Amino acid sequence: MMIHFVLLISRQGKVRLTKWYSTYSKKERSKVLRELSGVILTRGPRLCNFVEWRGLKVVYKRYASLYFCMCIDPDGNELEILEIIHHYVEVLDRYFGSVCELDLIYNFHKAYYILDEILISGELQESSKRTVVRSVAAQDSLVEAAKEETGSTISNIIAHAAK
Amino acid sequence: MKEYIIRLVYVEMLGHDASFGYIHAVKMIHDDSLLVKRTGYLAVTLFLNEDHDLIILIVNTIQKDLKSDNYLVVCAALNAVCKLINEETIPAVLPQIVELLAHPKEAVRKKAIMALHRFYQKSPSSVSHLVSNFRKRLCDNDPGVMGATLCPLFDLITNDVNSYKDLVISFVSILKQVAERRLPKAYDYHQMPAPFIQIKLLKILALLGSSDKQASENMYTVVGDIFRKCDSSSNIGNAVLYECICCVSSIYPNPKLLESAADAISRFLKSDSHNLKYMGIDALGRLIKISPEIAEQHQLAVIDCLEDPDDTLKRKTFELLYKMTKSTNVEVIVDRMIDYMNSINDNHYKTEIASRCVELAEQFAPSNQWFIQTMNKVFEHAGDLVNIKVAHNLMRLIAEGFGEDDDTADSQLRSSAVESYLHILGEPKLPSVFLQVICWVLGEYGTADGKYSASYITGKLCDVAEAYSNDETVKAYAVTALMKIYAFEIAAGRKVDMLPECHSLMEEFLASHSTDLQQRAYELQAVIGLDAHAVESILPSDASCEDIEVDKALSFLNDYIQEAIEKGAQPYIPESERTGMLNISNFRNQDHHEASSHGLRFEAYELPKQTVQARIPPASLASTELVPVPEPMYPRESYQTTTVPSVSSDAASTELKLRLDGVQKRWGRQTHFPSTSTSNSTSLKTVNGITQVDGSNTANSRTRETYDSRKQVEISPEKQKLAASLFGGPSKTEKKSATGHKSSKPSSHMVKSHAPKSSMEVASEKTSVQQPPDLLDFGEPTVKSTAPSLDPFKDLEGLLEPTTQVSSAVNHSSTAAVTKSPDIMGLYTETTAGAHHKDSDILSGLSNPPMTNMVGGTTTMQVAQSSKGPNLKDSLEKDALVRQMGVTPSSQNPNLFKDILG
Repeated sequence: MMIHFVLLISRQGKVRLTKWYSTYSKKERSKVLRELSGVILTRGPRLCNFVEWRGLKVVYKRYASLYFCMCIDPDGNELEILEIIHHYVEVLDRYFGSVCELDLIYNFHKAYYILDEILISGELQESSKRTVVRSVAAQDSLVEAAKEETGSTISNIIAHAAK
Repeated sequence: MKEYIIRLVYVEMLGHDASFGYIHAVKMIHDDSLLVKRTGYLAVTLFLNEDHDLIILIVNTIQKDLKSDNYLVVCAALNAVCKLINEETIPAVLPQIVELLAHPKEAVRKKAIMALHRFYQKSPSSVSHLVSNFRKRLCDNDPGVMGATLCPLFDLITNDVNSYKDLVISFVSILKQVAERRLPKAYDYHQMPAPFIQIKLLKILALLGSSDKQASENMYTVVGDIFRKCDSSSNIGNAVLYECICCVSSIYPNPKLLESAADAISRFLKSDSHNLKYMGIDALGRLIKISPEIAEQHQLAVIDCLEDPDDTLKRKTFELLYKMTKSTNVEVIVDRMIDYMNSINDNHYKTEIASRCVELAEQFAPSNQWFIQTMNKVFEHAGDLVNIKVAHNLMRLIAEGFGEDDDTADSQLRSSAVESYLHILGEPKLPSVFLQVICWVLGEYGTADGKYSASYITGKLCDVAEAYSNDETVKAYAVTALMKIYAFEIAAGRKVDMLPECHSLMEEFLASHSTDLQQRAYELQAVIGLDAHAVESILPSDASCEDIEVDKALSFLNDYIQEAIEKGAQPYIPESERTGMLNISNFRNQDHHEASSHGLRFEAYELPKQTVQARIPPASLASTELVPVPEPMYPRESYQTTTVPSVSSDAASTELKLRLDGVQKRWGRQTHFPSTSTSNSTSLKTVNGITQVDGSNTANSRTRETYDSRKQVEISPEKQKLAASLFGGPSKTEKKSATGHKSSKPSSHMVKSHAPKSSMEVASEKTSVQQPPDLLDFGEPTVKSTAPSLDPFKDLEGLLEPTTQVSSAVNHSSTAAVTKSPDIMGLYTETTAGAHHKDSDILSGLSNPPMTNMVGGTTTMQVAQSSKGPNLKDSLEKDALVRQMGVTPSSQNPNLFKDILG
């Protein structure tokens, strides 16, 4: 398991997105969030982007008002994780077109879909931005089609997808 | 509905409970519309974890969706599979996932691979037959699928390197192609060709090449190429560089590559970015194992990092220092660490750094004085966080002296320890563990040098017991210390006047709720009433290092049992057979079994056990087998006795196991009876075995090297000097660390066979139940790595033979109360056969879970003795001796017991 969880926290400490790849109970989750936002939000600007935390390492990066955090094993490659975060942000950017925090607040489920295309069970599954965007777009077009043809049968949808 | 579910996800994300809506999310995935279905899948993956009860409702839908014609449906289902399928439901979807590996869409193949990877992580056996599929997918046309396949392969190779050596060539050629930009442009990232795949490949190569010269040679060229091609101005380039360094430090060393790695590290360290410095420090820590000399050129950079305001960087640097500690720089480093430890509040890290300090101090301590001072500091500041073993180690060290033959040094050291502890006692609040050490040392050596009067020390001890009145462990230590001091006084022929506060303390303890405290108080009373000669032999002065022989087989009870049987008593039948239950051992074991018996059971139930008859020995049998004993069900009426298995001369290992089973179960059962646990155990102290008090032998065997005084390194505020002290003279240190004193490299292994150092009479009672890492031993660290045998039974067999030769039945004694409070005496085992079984001290401790002896009712000592002990004085003597040695609380190790007793 490369990545244990992904968090997006705003500068005010609001949670914007959480994805847990290891099992955490609800109590643990809120504890993690509380502890980490305390640690990360208070760190100075020119310090390094890594925090050692309970024997694990948390890699974080700030984009505008959002902190992207990923928690990894102690022997992981931090710089790589930093780039995975950046990779995710670039894909988000490409998908939403200059993404901002509001995009993520109102379309957080889409952010989840995108994350699911990049990471799966804590591992990087796809490192090509184009492939990720394409597959998310394919899902979306299908959804659009479903909206247009309300009342249509599932076979229609499949036919549409096959085009 | 869909909108509601999405909101519910949001609510859940914010930390509120949305469990009422989970079922709706589950319903949504049954929906025909992909739109709704996809949302449903997203919601369930976020709501549920793999142990949730609703999973069972999802499996069917997932099965259906995996067969769908629409690949997007399949993808959505696969996402859910990765998150939600647990060990029990893997078989339900496995065949379909395997089919999907050949799906025309690469997105599906990729996810199927990842799902299999997930299964492998959850239960390796479930997919073990599918390994060839992973190999096949490595050659997939789509680079994304190939990249994804590297994840499971990495895991597989981590677990079993040797089966994949044949893939080295393929990995190298893939890496080469990637580095030469043969992959589609889409995989480029910041002008680097597929860096994530490169990193993954380098990780795999590092595993495959580790200590394999031939495999490593195949990699040199390509790794060298990557070093050259990497663009060190971009972040991702540095990530790849870092991974290259890791790889180089892991594979068989190649001078050229090491050079490029060192270059890369110095670039990292010189960089302004904290991230890169951090990576540089980390990489340095990896490379330093191979070429220690490269640290020197970076010393200033390292010092800078150490003083950096960034906490993360600082910690990483401490980690590096920890790795490069030698006997020349240990003082500087440990001082630094302690300073830092004092400045932080984070308990988690404090614990870690404290244990590192201890480890370094044990390993490299230049002088004993320094060691004790350092330990004092650590205890004072992080006492409650350090492992109790560390305290025991310290006590043992003080007790045994330090290996030098001259006793004056030892006694000097002890009196200095006493002095410093008396001083420290003035502090208002001390950690419990530290107080235990202090009490023990004061009791043992407080009056030894005649500097302090007994009444002064006892006064201090009473103060401790009063000041920390809610800590029973400390109180118990204090009482025992008092007893020792009075005993020494009596033995020396002086008249003992109990201080008034001591009297009141005793009165309080005599009525204490803690049976342990009560017992100790009664013992103290009894000891004071005895004459000098008796006391002398009960509590000889400075005898804590002597070994006690314990008759763990309780053979001295044989006559008694025989007699009882002749009078018509029932022979003892082991608990397990009486109840027909197998697994009621102690609580821990029970927990364990419960845990493992959760979940669905697919396999058939076992046949009933047939062994019952075989295990009941005939009543007339002599002492060689399980000796029949009265049925121990009536604690109030008759004396209960334990099984009395004694080591028969031809004991086979199976018999040994059998015996252990019985013992353990009895032990476990007894913890269920509150009434029996109150029975005090003094009764059992009539140990037949001869106590071997052989001081000179102990001393002689410890002919260790005295270490030369080494150059004192001064800590100066200037960095240069600090650097010099940290890095200076590595060549000299090499030698010193080789001769290694007190090098106890902690390792988690239980048993070490350790060649000719018979200094292992390292009072076995100390190690009895603890793990051996704190065994101080005096060999080189390398010796330690010799195959630690993990199979306790093997060792038992080995142990058995020497034992029988020496024909000293390993005796065994313990108290009933041991169960709960760890500081009450555990079991103290000793083997007389000195040199040739070093393991025994550990093993015999482990293999003999304390047996209790239950005497009816609330037993005072008198009752106990009249019933069991042939002679009051004798039993008391033994008991006290055991007690005296027995500073060591027997913190039991549940894992060990599990290992041994199944």
